[in-house]
Amino acid sequence: MLWQDLCTALFGAEHAVQADGDFICGEARLDGRPITVFGSTNHAAVGVELALRQARVVLDTVAAHPGRPLLLLVDTQGQALRRRDELLGIHRAMAHLGSCVELARRQGHPVLGLVYDQALSGGFITSGLIADACDALPEAEIRVMRIPAMARVTKIAEDRLQALSADNPVFAPGVGNYVAMGGVRRLWDAQAPGGLAQALRDALADLPLQDERARLGAERGGRRLAASVIDRVLAAP
Amino acid sequence: MNAMNAMNDMNAMNAENTPPARGQGLSWAECSARERLAAFVDEGSFHEWLPPAARLSSPHLALLGVPAAFDDGVAIGRATLGGHAVFVAAQEGEFMGGGVGEVHGAKLTGLLQRALRDRPAAVLLLAESGGVRLHEANAGLIAVSEVMRAVLALRVAGIPVLALIGGANGCFGGMGIVAACCDRVILSDIGRHAMSGPEVIEASHGVDEFDARDRALVWRTTGGKHRWLCGDATALVEDDVAAFRAAALHWLAAPRALDLATLEVEHALLADRLQRCPPGAEAPPLWAALGVPDAARVPDLDADELRQRRPALDLIRQGGF
Repeated sequence: MLWQDLCTALFGAEHAVQADGDFICGEARLDGRPITVFGSTNHAAVGVELALRQARVVLDTVAAHPGRPLLLLVDTQGQALRRRDELLGIHRAMAHLGSCVELARRQGHPVLGLVYDQALSGGFITSGLIADACDALPEAEIRVMRIPAMARVTKIAEDRLQALSADNPVFAPGVGNYVAMGGVRRLWDAQAPGGLAQALRDALADLPLQDERARLGAERGGRRLAASVIDRVLAAP
Repeated sequence: MNAMNAMNDMNAMNAENTPPARGQGLSWAECSARERLAAFVDEGSFHEWLPPAARLSSPHLALLGVPAAFDDGVAIGRATLGGHAVFVAAQEGEFMGGGVGEVHGAKLTGLLQRALRDRPAAVLLLAESGGVRLHEANAGLIAVSEVMRAVLALRVAGIPVLALIGGANGCFGGMGIVAACCDRVILSDIGRHAMSGPEVIEASHGVDEFDARDRALVWRTTGGKHRWLCGDATALVEDDVAAFRAAALHWLAAPRALDLATLEVEHALLADRLQRCPPGAEAPPLWAALGVPDAARVPDLDADELRQRRPALDLIRQGGF
């Protein structure tokens, strides 16, 4: 879905969300309540500059609008694979964005991630996956790598990976697999009563305060070990 | 023990007539994770949680027919460092490049969550990782983000988390982000801390973008000296376990606040660097733009000489690491 159509569906035509290149930002209102909307489009490669622009939005919101919800719209092909970004310390810029979101969370800002198009690897860790919860549209695409690339890297036959991925969400791309593993909390149904706006209303109303993803992954059967390993570490003599 | 370190070791003994510091003369890079850990903390103080005897390995690797490890490539537990109670984790670079899978990541997250509960003096991450383990890609990605959130939760609670980086595999990908979320980063001059490995960038954009075989280029783009000069590392140390130990002890009780003022300084530092950086992707012009004297000579300097040359920028002095 285009971010413009998404924002119209969520907020009507009156919102002030705009794109500047791959960067999206602006204020919108849900039931009269202001929300800061930001993120990326065009399957952006997240480099230092885009990470800093997003961090700036979070810091400005924390400084000027205490408690205002943040909606992080995710469409990324991952981190920028450029030597200049590595030179400039892209890892630190992404950590900074994550730290800004953590600050917002601690200061009482609800932070919701929404994958409306594509989410990949490094670009996802410091966007949707750092929010209080990350939801997705059903048509979204989420992955670390496609099966053919995974076959090359791991030197395991593609058809074998394909077969394994039929009942193990760990191996294959797909938004449903991320739901099963607890990385995505839920999918939004545009056809349900109230449409996407209602889905947003519901999503903001029940954001978890703690990281619940390991527990969700265990309950849903897509990531059976993480929660129990964490519990075992907590209980180890 | 390599010859040069052994010599330093003896010089130190002769000079001060005292026994060598713990771990002196032992190369951090050449140690396995467990050797590193054992020599780094106080002698005999490491108590491991979920040790190899617990046979906790990755079920996903088994499905793929890939050899698994009974610790899934990471050792976690409690120890003392200079008498201080600390929690520690050491990633094994020789196993899957230190890649984070479901179990590996959950061990780290469990350790960090336990630290939030038990409040040790600090958590020390002996990080060596290529990032997400691609064999269990989706689970690894979520696991890394859980580790990241757990680190940030400790930052907020004021319990220092230190990343120590100097293994042959460096610290990359999601673990590169995690380390940069820590309170402090201690890096050796042969250590590397970055996001995407040079091979990945070369494969994606060609050899003209990043020649992964050009070792000098790789180190001046992602290596310890570069990171330290830019203010991306708290301390630059020699490849020596004792040096890491001394730096960790020095910075043990120095948390970095996670508040608006601190993050504004961090933002200003990163934005200033982006704005100062000349076009292109070469390190010496960036060093020069940051005020490093004799920038062209930096690759030839040893860590001691280099420490004198960190730019006196207020942002680097006040900010970040």
